Amino acid sequence: MTLTRTAKFRAIFRAALLLICALALTVPLISAQKERAPAQKDESVYAELAKAPKKAVARRNPMEHDPEAVAAGGKLFDLHCAECHGETAEGGRKAPSLRAREVQQATPGTLFWILTNGVVRRGMPVWSKLPEPQRWQIVTYLKSLGPAEKSSQ
Amino acid sequence: MINRPLHTVGFVFGLSVLALAALAPPARAQENPYIITYDHYLEEPGSLEVEYFSAFGTQRGGNDFHSFFAEFEYGATAWWTTELYLDGQTTFNDSTIFTGFRWENRVRPLQREHFINPVLYFEYEHISGADKILKEIEGHDGEADASESNALARKEHKHELEFKLLLSKTFKGWNIAENTLAAKSIVGANPWEFGYAIGASRPLALKASAKRCSFCRENFVAGVEMYGGLGDRHSFGLHDTSHYLAPVVAWNMPSNWTLRLSPGFGLNDNSHAFLLRWGVSREFSGFGATIGRILGGRKQ
Repeated sequence: MTLTRTAKFRAIFRAALLLICALALTVPLISAQKERAPAQKDESVYAELAKAPKKAVARRNPMEHDPEAVAAGGKLFDLHCAECHGETAEGGRKAPSLRAREVQQATPGTLFWILTNGVVRRGMPVWSKLPEPQRWQIVTYLKSLGPAEKSSQ
Repeated sequence: MINRPLHTVGFVFGLSVLALAALAPPARAQENPYIITYDHYLEEPGSLEVEYFSAFGTQRGGNDFHSFFAEFEYGATAWWTTELYLDGQTTFNDSTIFTGFRWENRVRPLQREHFINPVLYFEYEHISGADKILKEIEGHDGEADASESNALARKEHKHELEFKLLLSKTFKGWNIAENTLAAKSIVGANPWEFGYAIGASRPLALKASAKRCSFCRENFVAGVEMYGGLGDRHSFGLHDTSHYLAPVVAWNMPSNWTLRLSPGFGLNDNSHAFLLRWGVSREFSGFGATIGRILGGRKQ
């Protein structure tokens, strides 16, 4: 009786292992397919900005007047964000432009909220692992970039 | 016993992953300093982190040992991280052996940050009784378990499922994490075993400096972790269990490497008196896309 149960359990377990292996292999392929469409053209990616709670939207950037915040934020952006959002923040295959009007017109509090909570279902991880001052430094840097149209003139 | 084909498969797998990782660009992540405790942060999607960890342990009534494992941590999605461990150990005056593999998965059930952030953890272990990496302490694990010779210990097979609830919170730069563990052997009639790990850590500086630097305080994260067993279903509690307290420090280098160091101290007579752990890791971004290109034949 015990042996039969063990054998059944093993069979179910092996099937589960195979299923998870298949999923782990499939996910990168699906992601690669999705990446074919440039993320920045899909305007719905900015819809998440509107989901920030009022309290978060109203938060002021304590680093706004810090003379070093832009440079420090730029350094942090290169280290943590540029891989997906592009070196100039104009978007990449994986993530949208951060120089789009929707982002540039968002309040610093909104950007800080997005950075803290991520957009997990769209593939952006939570960045609350960065200390709060560093997240504000990134927000300061992003705000300093201005919209892409302005920079190309 | 872990047989030779499994050993070879593990070695070939490790080399293959390293070769593929070399095709992907390195990335920098702010890594926590914990070696045993998990916080709620998962691997960035599509990124592969390759890690090597090593532990030197003292052994009363036996030979000291040096255990080690390679870890391949892959962010399948922003809410799911999967990892493979390949374990081995050297017992001084005895031998060096491969002791098995572990496959672990962590899933984040909640989309956003909350007051406390839970992560569900599931692991399958296929290891021999000679495994000494002490990645988790469960049940009545103790120093005496590691005193057998490798030849004897490796005859024992362990096929085990392990579940953890990881709870973590980051507030004002401090990360506090608590892990509760329940493990069950698939073979035999062993009872459920329990364990815990708790940790607290903080970067040495919360603000980043404007220039790239190796020794800036923001690159260092320090903390402490404590872990141990909580007995089993028949004898739950602290009786006849082992516990450790370990300061931890991580150095996130601008060259994309992270170095971790942790001297651990046994808190009772069942524990190894001293464990010195260290590890080095490097993260490669775009690994998933590289695999996708190879398997899907997509051109950039």
